[in-house]
Amino acid sequence: MSSHTQQPQTTNFEPQIIAFVCNWCTYAGADLAGTSRMEYRPNVRIIKLPCTGRIDPLFIIKAFEKGADGVLVSGCHPGDCHYTTGNYHARRRWIAFKNLMDFVGIDSKRLHFSWVSASEAIKWVDLINNITDEVKKLGPFVEYRGLGERSKVVG
Amino acid sequence: MENTLRQKAKELLEKGEVKVVIGYGWNKRKTHTTPVFITKPEDVDKLVSNPLCVNNLSLYLTRKFADIKAFGKPAIVAKGCDIKTIAVLISESQIKREDVVILGMVCNGVVYKQELWKGELKPEIMPTKCHNCDVRNPHIADFIIGDKTDFKAPDEPTGMVFDKIRELDKKSGAERWDFWIEHFNRCIKCYACRQICPLCYCERCIAEKNMPQWIETSAHLRGNLAWNLKRAMDLTGRCTFCGECERACPVNIPLNLVNQKLALVVKDAFGHKAGYDEKIHPPMIVFNMEDQEDFIK
Repeated sequence: MSSHTQQPQTTNFEPQIIAFVCNWCTYAGADLAGTSRMEYRPNVRIIKLPCTGRIDPLFIIKAFEKGADGVLVSGCHPGDCHYTTGNYHARRRWIAFKNLMDFVGIDSKRLHFSWVSASEAIKWVDLINNITDEVKKLGPFVEYRGLGERSKVVG
Repeated sequence: MENTLRQKAKELLEKGEVKVVIGYGWNKRKTHTTPVFITKPEDVDKLVSNPLCVNNLSLYLTRKFADIKAFGKPAIVAKGCDIKTIAVLISESQIKREDVVILGMVCNGVVYKQELWKGELKPEIMPTKCHNCDVRNPHIADFIIGDKTDFKAPDEPTGMVFDKIRELDKKSGAERWDFWIEHFNRCIKCYACRQICPLCYCERCIAEKNMPQWIETSAHLRGNLAWNLKRAMDLTGRCTFCGECERACPVNIPLNLVNQKLALVVKDAFGHKAGYDEKIHPPMIVFNMEDQEDFIK
């Protein structure tokens, strides 16, 4: 086997976590963690959106397609939404979406949901550290990323 | 039953109350029924009513069919399950209740596929929805045609679809993944599920948007999965289990499983069943501050 076709070594595997966060709470919380010089795993890539209500399930699907090993969705606590009700709508959608993802067999350890407010920098740091460690143990999400190639073999 | 239906349709057309009657008629060889659009009172004898009337004709009330809208006010021949879809369309402001005359047919079940018809309706050839049907006597209708039945739907949903959902729920995530990958692998992206679905009425589907391209268009697994998950998500709390998507699917993907799984989730989480009340908003466009979940940390 030539070197470029080899699977990445799982021992020094660094997962990519995509975090979809809302502008007003979780992003500010992550910002606070940064300005407070707290250290946390560098595996997270933050995508800032106006509100959790803006997060379409397709964003999460797209993240997995493009090679994310884990996805985090986070926003304001219920009752704290900058736009009053955006996170209530989001919560409904996630309840359905989480069940759908479970039903098609996507590991629930790869898809996380959380409420992090602007003052909860410590919660953010712990959350990212925990998710990164958990996903690291699972290894790369080749089942999803490799879907295109797999269909070539089967079909 | 057929005579009453024809009589009623004739009356409505003659009086000019409706301009078109959307109903079922025979194909040339009388093996299948097919949608017919009656605009003249003398043509009403084309209308039929039998267990072969499987199509959900409410599809023709949506904006996908501008040419049928152009006829004028429609009357529609609808079974209880079709009326559920009409109720969702009304609740989503796609049509007004007063803009359609519903000829509700009392129904004792239909065949799963028209090819299975051997002249007699047996439980084995009926789809799961008919075994669990609580609207055999139409629940929203201007005229009810046929004799009332006293069929009682079972309390717990039964039948192949629900048995399979329970079986899948018991399996591990990896086994479920393999199950769905095997099925979605066959998808050829013909979009028949979307075309036949009365609730897929967007003028421009996300699958056709390419700047940015959300759903890959070629028929390989990555795009197939995205497409089928997206469609299931969009039908959450709206799907009335008419089963047309699975019937239309040329490669037999069990789409009812995923749609009904989500319907069960919505029923448990939000206490909503789609299609029973045209005045209630669909659950995904409203919210309740008391919504319960256990996975948001």
